[in-house]
Amino acid sequence: MIPWFQYVVIAVAVGAGLFALVAGFAGRKPSDYSLGATALVEVLLLVQVVIGIAAPLTGNPPTGDLVEFWIYLVSAVLIPPAAVVWALIDRGRWSTAILGVACLAIAVMVYRMGQIWFVQVG
Amino acid sequence: MSNTASSRAVGVGRVLIAVYAILALAATARSVYQIATKFEVAPVAYLLSALAGVVYIVATIALIGRGSTWYRVAWVTIVFELAGVLAVGTLSLVDGVLFPADTVWSFYGRGYVFIPLVLPILGMLWLYRRRPSAVA
Repeated sequence: MIPWFQYVVIAVAVGAGLFALVAGFAGRKPSDYSLGATALVEVLLLVQVVIGIAAPLTGNPPTGDLVEFWIYLVSAVLIPPAAVVWALIDRGRWSTAILGVACLAIAVMVYRMGQIWFVQVG
Repeated sequence: MSNTASSRAVGVGRVLIAVYAILALAATARSVYQIATKFEVAPVAYLLSALAGVVYIVATIALIGRGSTWYRVAWVTIVFELAGVLAVGTLSLVDGVLFPADTVWSFYGRGYVFIPLVLPILGMLWLYRRRPSAVA
């Protein structure tokens, strides 16, 4: 992982998450904005996948367990599409809130991935 | 989705179900990893974590499912979760070896932003509001 990129992912995921949660509780249906923000989080996660593959090969190995890292990353990559599909099928306010919950979960998972990569001992 | 699908997978209940699904995924995936790689460190805690993960999955399905049977299953699983997080949370304070910090219920779910502690309470409130006699 790359520290600054991790911060970007977390910041975007938190921003998208809060925006979609607020929009959902305000009664908004899933919009291009909330769906787009979630899609952006997914794109960043896919970039993270590339970084996750490339980093150990370029002298940036994880301090923790690479397997645990990938369990988190693969799970994370699956969540935004699931939330987006849900929002496209069920076009109600609560689908918007679910987009928000999904993005906030991503933020937590990326934070955990950073811990595994940078600050794990053993 | 049609309003005949389920009496519980409606409105804000859907957000609850989504949070349950994410927690089920997180707890199950993590306990599988722990059992596969460091089972001997704390077998009781990691087995309980796996059980918790499975119960979260059942609870998620029960919240989506319709009918009074799923309603009862939802109550049983959610009460089990609350009992689990309270019991293991307390035990992890008393005995850090038996229950290390990295299971879903340790320290009342601190590793999961206390969601495991709050979620069953929200789940019970939701089940009570959507009880069969009230929704008809």
